[in-house]
Amino acid sequence: MLLQQLVNGLTLGAVYTLVALSFSLVMGLLAILNIAIGELFMLGGYLGFAVIAAHFPLAAALLIGMGGAALVALVIDKIGYEPLRQAPPITPLLSTIGFSIILQNVVTNVWGSDPLQLPSGLFDRRVHIGSVQIGVMQLVVIGVTVVLVASVALLIQKTAVGRALRAVSENREVARLLGVSADRITLFAFMLSGALAGAAGVLISLHYAAITPYIGVDTGLKAIAVMVIGGTTSVWGALIVGPLIGIAEVMTIAFGGSQMRDFVVYGLMIVTLLLRPQGLLGARSDSGQPV
Amino acid sequence: MTAMPPKAILRLDGVSKSFGGVRALRDVSIGVAQDRIVGVIGPNGAGKTTLFNVITGAHRPDAGDVTFANRPITRWPAYRIVRAGVARTFQNIRLFGSMTVWEHLIVSQRHGGSPLRKMLPGRFADREAWGRAEDALTFFGLEKYRTALARTLPYGIQRKVEMARALTAGPKLLLLDEPVAGMNRDEADDLRALLLRLSARGLSILLIEHDMAFVMNLCHELYVLDFGALIAAGPPSEIRTNPAVLDAYLGSETAC
Repeated sequence: MLLQQLVNGLTLGAVYTLVALSFSLVMGLLAILNIAIGELFMLGGYLGFAVIAAHFPLAAALLIGMGGAALVALVIDKIGYEPLRQAPPITPLLSTIGFSIILQNVVTNVWGSDPLQLPSGLFDRRVHIGSVQIGVMQLVVIGVTVVLVASVALLIQKTAVGRALRAVSENREVARLLGVSADRITLFAFMLSGALAGAAGVLISLHYAAITPYIGVDTGLKAIAVMVIGGTTSVWGALIVGPLIGIAEVMTIAFGGSQMRDFVVYGLMIVTLLLRPQGLLGARSDSGQPV
Repeated sequence: MTAMPPKAILRLDGVSKSFGGVRALRDVSIGVAQDRIVGVIGPNGAGKTTLFNVITGAHRPDAGDVTFANRPITRWPAYRIVRAGVARTFQNIRLFGSMTVWEHLIVSQRHGGSPLRKMLPGRFADREAWGRAEDALTFFGLEKYRTALARTLPYGIQRKVEMARALTAGPKLLLLDEPVAGMNRDEADDLRALLLRLSARGLSILLIEHDMAFVMNLCHELYVLDFGALIAAGPPSEIRTNPAVLDAYLGSETAC
């Protein structure tokens, strides 16, 4: 039973990790909260659903979900962020809230506000390991998350674009004076962040075989909590905290009751803000590694 | 005042810049000829760093034009000016806390090829960039600091890293903002030898410096700024005895 819950928690945690990573890519780089990431996650889910419903394979659903969310992220950067870069930080925050409401409306208009469901039997094959039942889709969720997170880590740490990203996140002005096009790197970060959120949306909606236009709000806020607990100045906090929160949530439902589920996550966030405001892996000063 | 050098790689014509009521630069015209080492001196607050910021695109001038390699760069974004061939160091060292010395020498390089190549890890992305970084590491004698986080190193080494980072951007013109600040005499001599080697390789250098002995022994040409205005220009031998220059420095420090 415990082991079973652990697997379920890891699945959920994997999705929180992806969305939290998506938030902290933009947060670490630009110090703004792109609220619309929750809706990019939701949009990814719908696109994935549509692709599966059209009888294409899961890989296609992932690619379309990621690509679609990345394209919308491009629009958000170009319209909702870049023109407002000189404005106080609250301004782009408000514009991303605007985008998230618009996205919810668009999706509601296209797909309706009732939950969509996949026909049963599509992704609910299970494997038995001892007493533990693992859904094949759970393995896909965890596996894809590991691959995506590892790719992002490699990209940030070892590639030209990753170094440019770190340079811009540490000091935009100096990076520009070294020949880095900060605007292009920002756009790249937005799109990468969108792709991660889109992937998470595809994974979770196929895992639950159901989706509504409102899943983005709940998961988005939880991912923000994960990012805060992990430390907003470090992208990597999410990698540890995401799975932990997923497990904690599933355990709370299993042993404490589902009405308690959000209490743990947000309670931990408030405790973190009080006791360690920089988060688990966050640095106190600007000398840390934001991305 | 001397005439503008005929083969100037960098020219500023009538550049002015104000911040609020403060006129940091007033109608300044200077030129840097190919493979020359040119110094900008002047008391604190004379506008020297503002001059650099205008050249590199960090600030836009209120009036005047900046021309580099016969191209008007006055309104170009900073990153484009770097790519055209102007690299700089900073008065207060500005290295990246998350990067090793080696990464600093890669990050400033212009990577060729498709955007996708920039997303490949390590040397697959750009063998040439790797080679240039290796050269810079050797040139500055930084081999043993390769994997060290740059900000953890001693001050003199950090200065070298910053200079090496500027050089790996592949500049035709290098701007150095107080390169010998905080260095002892031996280190300054090393740096002088190094800059002469770079100049011999065809690099043009424009530097801001307070250390008069260093400037006088190194530069081919000097410009003197005071309260944002150019008060003298010429070879060090002339500047040394220029009454306006001596006047500007009187009371603060000795000129030579």
